[in-house]
Amino acid sequence: MTESAANKPENGEGCYRSANGLKPGQNGCVKHHYLYQQRQKKYCYPEDQVHHVACNGGMYKRPFNESFEETPMIVAVLTYMGYGILTLFGYLRDFMREWKIEKCHIARERDEQKDFVPLYQDFENFYTRNLYMRIRDSWNRPICSVPGAKFDLVERVSHDYNWTFKYTGKVVKDVINMGSYNYLGFAENTGICADAAADVTTKYGVGVASTRQEMGNLDRHEDLEKLVAKFLGVESAMAFGMGFATNSMNIPALAGKGCLILSDELNHASLVLGARLSGSTIRVFKHNNMQSLEKLLRDAIVHGQPRTHRPWKKILILVEGIYSMEGSIVRLPEVIALKKKYKAYLYLDEAHSIGALGPSGRGVVDYFGLDPKDVDIMMGTFTKSFGAAGGYIGGRKELIDYLRSHSHSAVYATSMSPPVVEQIITSMKCIMGEDGTTIGRDRVQQLAENTTYFRRKLQEMGFIIYGNSDSPVVPMMLYMPAKIGAFGREMLKRNIGVVVVGFPATPIIESRARFCVSAAHTKEMLDTALNVISEVGDLLQLKYSRHGLIPLLDRPFETTYEENED
Amino acid sequence: MASGQQWVLVEMVQAFYEAPAYHLILEGILILWIIRLLFSKTYKLQERSDLTDKEKEELIEEWQPEPLVPPVSKDHPSLNYNIVSGPPSHKITVNGKECINFASFNFLGLLDNERVKNKALASLTKYGVGTCGPRGFYGTFDVHLELEDRLAKFMRTEEAIIYSYGFATIASAIPAYSKRGDIVFVDEAACFSIQKGLQASRSFLKYFKHNDMEDLERLLKEQEIEDQKNPRKARVTRRFIVVEGLYMNTGDVCPLPDLVRLKYKYKVRIFLEESLSFGVLGEHGRGVTEHFGVNIDDIDLISANMENAVASIGGFCCGRSFVIDHQRLSGQGYCFSASLPPMLAAAAMEALNIMEEDPDIFVVLRNKCKHMHKALQGISGLKVVGESFSPAFHLQLEKSSGSREADVKLLRAIVDYCMDRKIALTQARYLDKEERFLPPPTVRVVVTVEQTEDELELAASLIKEAAQTILK
Repeated sequence: MTESAANKPENGEGCYRSANGLKPGQNGCVKHHYLYQQRQKKYCYPEDQVHHVACNGGMYKRPFNESFEETPMIVAVLTYMGYGILTLFGYLRDFMREWKIEKCHIARERDEQKDFVPLYQDFENFYTRNLYMRIRDSWNRPICSVPGAKFDLVERVSHDYNWTFKYTGKVVKDVINMGSYNYLGFAENTGICADAAADVTTKYGVGVASTRQEMGNLDRHEDLEKLVAKFLGVESAMAFGMGFATNSMNIPALAGKGCLILSDELNHASLVLGARLSGSTIRVFKHNNMQSLEKLLRDAIVHGQPRTHRPWKKILILVEGIYSMEGSIVRLPEVIALKKKYKAYLYLDEAHSIGALGPSGRGVVDYFGLDPKDVDIMMGTFTKSFGAAGGYIGGRKELIDYLRSHSHSAVYATSMSPPVVEQIITSMKCIMGEDGTTIGRDRVQQLAENTTYFRRKLQEMGFIIYGNSDSPVVPMMLYMPAKIGAFGREMLKRNIGVVVVGFPATPIIESRARFCVSAAHTKEMLDTALNVISEVGDLLQLKYSRHGLIPLLDRPFETTYEENED
Repeated sequence: MASGQQWVLVEMVQAFYEAPAYHLILEGILILWIIRLLFSKTYKLQERSDLTDKEKEELIEEWQPEPLVPPVSKDHPSLNYNIVSGPPSHKITVNGKECINFASFNFLGLLDNERVKNKALASLTKYGVGTCGPRGFYGTFDVHLELEDRLAKFMRTEEAIIYSYGFATIASAIPAYSKRGDIVFVDEAACFSIQKGLQASRSFLKYFKHNDMEDLERLLKEQEIEDQKNPRKARVTRRFIVVEGLYMNTGDVCPLPDLVRLKYKYKVRIFLEESLSFGVLGEHGRGVTEHFGVNIDDIDLISANMENAVASIGGFCCGRSFVIDHQRLSGQGYCFSASLPPMLAAAAMEALNIMEEDPDIFVVLRNKCKHMHKALQGISGLKVVGESFSPAFHLQLEKSSGSREADVKLLRAIVDYCMDRKIALTQARYLDKEERFLPPPTVRVVVTVEQTEDELELAASLIKEAAQTILK
């Protein structure tokens, strides 16, 4: 917090501008934050910023701490060298395979079809063949239990350097799960959710075998949609069978030719696909950068469509609540201010934030204390916090009526499986407290505590952690390609399951490990995990951070949401 | 000669010293001017459209976007859904009325099969419901691997890959292979998920008339001539034929042997969508390849969903490892989506068991289809569209009343008439504006093994009655 205090005058100045010179919502502050980010690459809003809150109409009620510590130069150089060496060896081995010096494991085209146009370009698979294959064992690890706080992994070995895997028949028991998106711990095989799902399975079976518009609209689907609308605080909602398809099949119903889609550069593949399928013009703004977004909005309205210069039919802004690879939280208050000023529509994808953020688990809107009516399209998934599958869209009644009659999913895709629906209904009621217990609320609280604790500890240990201090998605930087595999393996050796990601999911030098904190993690589990991470971190020299944080011993283990109630 | 040149140089330097100051300054300015001319742009691009800030503000103030969505009228035909209370199985309760189900694609009656339910329940007790992750990040369960293995064995292919959503299967598979610049030959009657997959691939599309092999060959020949003009481009342009086994929109079967012949003649790969034919056609339910006795290795990729005959959720692709494995990193719906809930995979696996144990079920289904097909012939005003062995076929108006809207209304009246008399039917629904080739409005009839002969007769006679009363 020392840094934030030091920056306070600047913040105040930024706000003065918006109070004096410009109209409210004119984003004097927005500009200021941008410059600030450029200079420091670190967002800090002092906690005691009554002044700030007053002058920009209460944009941020909570401190907004988001950090992306810059990559140390030496690390960047070494990372590039690593890729360089890997590429050189890749070419060498491709050459040896070509001349049959090295045995080639790649599946081959059928002899009958050798004279067809090749199905893949040779360079297309260079990366897969020569880089991914070396560390392939860090992904797709099969599990054979509930993906809860701990899980069991199926042991597998490879005798040919990851080209094929053999299952030994043994099970690696009780691995601490830091990888699954089980934010609220509803991935369970016992308890009310599982019981309810079992009842429904017995009654309904698992399939539906028809679409919503034809003969697949079950009473449970209707119940679910009413509940989702109530949960989100919107007029109406609709549920779909797959989270990915919720984006890719509904955005085309909302935008079309002559519309403009403004999309965050780090948006998920499903949003990108949906935007592309819609046939609209797509422009990309810098990640969570409000100045970049405002510039695009201004230019779009002033200049109109390219070539014809006709005004755009409508402008749709696509953002996510929590970005799953960065751990950052969208600057929603500012996005809403911009959207209102420029009369654009806002599509908010809460895949990771619903259930995981906000004092009552209602997602990023709840987190910032905003009105859900200010977001035109509230989208989210049931896969993560609710431990089920599928996605939803919520909003005004006209929007949902239109989707019910025009969504690709409603017309052509099989509706949701009844037990999955039941899992969502039960877990959602639990979060809302409608089951008469405080289990749901406690879990939301627990997740917030766990998140703060885990993030703080990692930072104290000297790792570079990306993202917002309240985000349960915790990316930890590894940078070098060799460390991706090494970290994944060393952690598994010590019975911790982690997710590691590299290019192309991240920028080429920013390979990282990603932890997903869950409410189901006990403090002991987190401590075990933290100790192991520290140990492996020392072993692999991962403690890159140069912004040393001094451990605050006197700071109590406090609940995050209460500290700002006053 | 050399000394001469030297002399000139000396002279130049001398002249330089002797020249008056104003001369030197002038020449200096001239040189600078030339440099400036060389390096400056001759015209400015945006000079004309420079707006002042005030003008910009005005423009922004002025701009009024269209509403997010156009209003939907209250009686839009697809706004008010039927509500099914209870399981959508053989006996179904639609809007409070108990009916016999002729609308759900539950061909083999596996939806409320006790064995399937028990396996699903057992899986639920072991794994819970959700997977909380994509396949890459701890979303791969042992059940998924087993199901993939079983599907590959069932179809007798090298490898299978499962998706968590039927629609996303072929829609993700096509763009994994076919990219910008590639050419796809596709049947006009191809279902919507194929169309979306093709759109996502951004390939060059060539539509041939539904099931018309001559038309396809004509297009292939055209392409061959085109290729000879530009052989370098032709060497890297992949080409595919995308067809359905049994067509969702017409109930027809594709002429697979002819397609395979064309495949080798013109060196085009075949992608086959078998959502309706998997678990229906062929002696063992392996689909249209088995139906025609075509070697399955001749088909490059087969995709099907597990939401119809299998009565679970999700879809799969199968084929040779060389082809299928590529989707594990390139299939968007596979990589970026949460994996299939294990209980649904377990249910699908049990359904496969039942299909393997009792292949007679396919014979029973085929006989019932033929029976129903025959019973529905000769209704005045309605014609049956689709193969006699297809469990999902269409009833189309013999003569259109002129407008699509009026046709839809007539067919709706027929559906309502039957629904009031305990036969649940549905119209085939489409997004009129989104379909590339909008099929005519129809009522879809679905035959399942659970329907008794009496029920088939009853349904047929009711439809006949309805047609007589409504179409006159």
